Amino acid sequence: MNFSEVFKQSNQLCKVSPDGKYLATCVQYRLVVRDVSTLQILQLYTCLDQISHMDWASDSLFILCAMYKRGLVQVWSLEQPDWHCKIDEGSIGLLSSRWSPDGRHVLNTTEFHLRITVWSLCTKAVSYIKYPKACQKGIDFSRDGCYMALAERRDCKDYVSVFVCDDWHLLRHFETETQDLAGLEWSPNGCVLAVWDSCLEYKVLLYSLDGRLLSTYSAYEWSLGIKSVTWCPSSQFLAIGSYDEKVRILNHITWKKVTQFEHPATINNTKAVVYKEVERRPAVGSDDLSLHNITIGTTLFNTQSKYEICPLPVQLPVVKPDPDRANPKIGVSTLAFSSDSRYLATKNDNMASVVWVWDMQKMSLEAVLEQTSAVRCFQWDPQRPRLALCTGNTKLYLWSPAGCVSVQVPTEGGFQVQSLNWHCSGDSLILLGKEQLCLCYMDTDQEDK
Amino acid sequence: MGEWWTTVPIGTSMGNYDISSISHVTMSPLRQNNLVSMYSSLPLSKSSYNVISAFCTEDNIPQCISYMNQELASLGLSSTCIEASSPGGAGLSTVPALNAMYELLQIHRRNMGTLEELEKEQLKKSSSMEHMQMNNSRLKDQLELSIREKSGLHETERQLQLKIKTLQSCLKTEKEEVQKLQSIISSRASQYSHDAKRKERETAKLKERLGQLLVDRKDKKLAIDVLNCLGRSDGKRSHWKTAKATASHEGEMYKSLLSDYEASQRALMLENAELKKVLQQMKKEMMHILSPRQLSTRGATADDSQDQADSDGEEKAGNSSRETLDQSCEHAREQLTNSIRQQWRKLRNHMEKLDSQVQNQLESNKEVIPRETHEDEMERMRHEVQQCKEFIHAQQQLLQQQLNTSFDDETAALLNDCYTLEEKERLKEEWRLFEEQKRNFERERKNFTEAAIRLGREKKAFQEDRASWLKNQFLNMTPFTDLPYQSVSLFLNLRKNASKCLPQKQDFSVVMGTEHNLNDDNALQSSGSQPFT
Repeated sequence: MNFSEVFKQSNQLCKVSPDGKYLATCVQYRLVVRDVSTLQILQLYTCLDQISHMDWASDSLFILCAMYKRGLVQVWSLEQPDWHCKIDEGSIGLLSSRWSPDGRHVLNTTEFHLRITVWSLCTKAVSYIKYPKACQKGIDFSRDGCYMALAERRDCKDYVSVFVCDDWHLLRHFETETQDLAGLEWSPNGCVLAVWDSCLEYKVLLYSLDGRLLSTYSAYEWSLGIKSVTWCPSSQFLAIGSYDEKVRILNHITWKKVTQFEHPATINNTKAVVYKEVERRPAVGSDDLSLHNITIGTTLFNTQSKYEICPLPVQLPVVKPDPDRANPKIGVSTLAFSSDSRYLATKNDNMASVVWVWDMQKMSLEAVLEQTSAVRCFQWDPQRPRLALCTGNTKLYLWSPAGCVSVQVPTEGGFQVQSLNWHCSGDSLILLGKEQLCLCYMDTDQEDK
Repeated sequence: MGEWWTTVPIGTSMGNYDISSISHVTMSPLRQNNLVSMYSSLPLSKSSYNVISAFCTEDNIPQCISYMNQELASLGLSSTCIEASSPGGAGLSTVPALNAMYELLQIHRRNMGTLEELEKEQLKKSSSMEHMQMNNSRLKDQLELSIREKSGLHETERQLQLKIKTLQSCLKTEKEEVQKLQSIISSRASQYSHDAKRKERETAKLKERLGQLLVDRKDKKLAIDVLNCLGRSDGKRSHWKTAKATASHEGEMYKSLLSDYEASQRALMLENAELKKVLQQMKKEMMHILSPRQLSTRGATADDSQDQADSDGEEKAGNSSRETLDQSCEHAREQLTNSIRQQWRKLRNHMEKLDSQVQNQLESNKEVIPRETHEDEMERMRHEVQQCKEFIHAQQQLLQQQLNTSFDDETAALLNDCYTLEEKERLKEEWRLFEEQKRNFERERKNFTEAAIRLGREKKAFQEDRASWLKNQFLNMTPFTDLPYQSVSLFLNLRKNASKCLPQKQDFSVVMGTEHNLNDDNALQSSGSQPFT
């Protein structure tokens, strides 16, 4: 495992191009494009204001930089650095900006969710979409890039509009049976749209591509409901994480619950392996304490840690949330399927330092990773069943079915890993700190631990 | 009173029957009614008078007098003494007699008085005792009743306690539910308020912006500034929006949906076929397992079920071909599942029967080794084997140790010599034994051959003898035809006798053949001396 040197970035804006060749980072108002393997700067662009959001187009030829305060979007071309494009939303303000799947349209959501403006870079034409809903996830593009689903709210009722991304033709427009639609997501095969309600009501609706309601699922009433929803990459399962600390799995044939995964505070009676991160402070030997050592070894102050396998029963640390506050920190907030759909990683918010890995073939718990501090981010390797996670300290943690390893990020001055992203090839990881970024190259042939 | 009189001395010279009659009379049981006894004593007095007159007669006056004096003295009336009026006379001095009588009367009256009192007392006491007894029984009854009542009350109390407990638990659950609902309500309320606040903030911002815009009036138009228009990502020209385009979009959408459904249906069909195959296989195997057993273990009762199974089998055999053709037919599917269920039930029953059989066997037949003891035996044997191995290993080690002990060369050579010497000695001994045995063997063989030679000679002699005998017989046979049978029979007898010898000879040779043990002289001797009998 090799680590690159540390580069500057701001706003956690650091993305690899879809073809995996380039790495784009934002430093204040500059956009830096590097080559992924050599990390040499290929292009440097300067925007008009501090960049709030940056994204690659699907063909890896263009990058958009949005500056929300100014209401501006600038698009840069990689092939032609001289080419420029500036989109000004005017006085209406800009809330968010994104590419269309074909990489030739920019969709801007204006402030207060007044409308979505569709800018065409081919024709310079403008289209509007009215009444977009202000919710957790109101827009989703299907994986093949053909269709876009948009949540709308008119007259206190929720609607879903399906557009054909080719020419933005409205294909379907139907009302949904939700009280307050919180989000929608296409299944990976693009044929089913999952729509879920806000946390005040547990309801998941499944619509076919042509707008027919296929099924409704509601696990319980009255208590706080759905916190997160995710599709399995093979479209076979839909995982729903809710505030009652459970994940329910629906199958795509009957849309009924296949199983539910619970996250109890005490684990016993399971075949899963429980890994516990154990920190050990290196002994400060008084005879070794020379100036030389201190200057070289900031590792002296970095605690080493390793994983230990805990015997059952295991008691996990639970933080009870404040019951009076809204959006309490309880329930399954993060779900992620591995790329082969074999594993599901979940995080329960009141046990924030624990990541649970479930085996979808056996429908049982596979591993539990207990960290020393709250888990900030975890992501599956796009190519193989390997999970990388970080907890905001200077270490990177990797889990695979073979085992678990904790790696110290060898940088000076301590690099706190706040979030991470896998490269699409699965060979490297991008670690983002507060103001820094670092690349970690995996050994392709070596299996960890 | 009766007891008193029984102490009348029986030893006096008075007639026994008199005293006893007195005592008998005075021992009459006193009834409760003293007065009655008082009055009843009156007729008694008459009789007593008669008795007393029997006591004293003309003859025994002085004796009576002395006796009376004695009695009076014993009663404590020492003052009066009865005297005879004249010595030897038949009269009494009246004054002392009267005094004595008077005193006796007084005594009697007093006694009667005390008797009356005592009787009264006794009555009183008995009545009070009766009263007490009645009270006692009444109280006992009351006590029983109250005990019963108490137990009944206990019972009701217990039931009420139980009820209280259940009600309390109900109350607790209700309270918990109420709490849960309250918490739900509070969380929902906080969520609502949070959302409401958010919306309010947003509207506030909107209002502010609106106000600003109204004031500003400098509407910044939205615009795009592109250096040059890009081509489409797929390189084609863009199309007009026509109805055909919309139709084509619809078509595209339905096509993609259909292809997805077809793919899933194909997958499901494959899975279905797989599962059906598995079920068929299971069914076949189950039938296979069940059928031979059914023939052996079950009796007449199973015949009908067997028939059914057979007919089922036939049906299935007939249907299987249809099934493969008609996979989606619901009827076939139902049949398959039903038959599987049936077979499974049979198998299960069979297993249960086997289990019970095994249980019975275990209980009755101890010779059948249950699995545990078998396993124990195996463990033990393994352990033994392990021990033996260890022993052998230890032995080897010791041997090695011995061989490899580091002595100096001389002693080592000496020791080696010792060992070899020992071995030599041993070998010599063995060799000697071997030589001896060989000699024995040779000897025996010689004897053997001699015996064989002897035997041969004897055989030859016998043959010659036989031949000569036969010849003689034959020659002695006259050519007279009146004795053909005799001669033939004789001849036949002869033949028989001759043939009789042969098997013996055979045995002989067999004996010779088998018994060639060197040391078994008996055999040789017996074989040698076997006669021709």
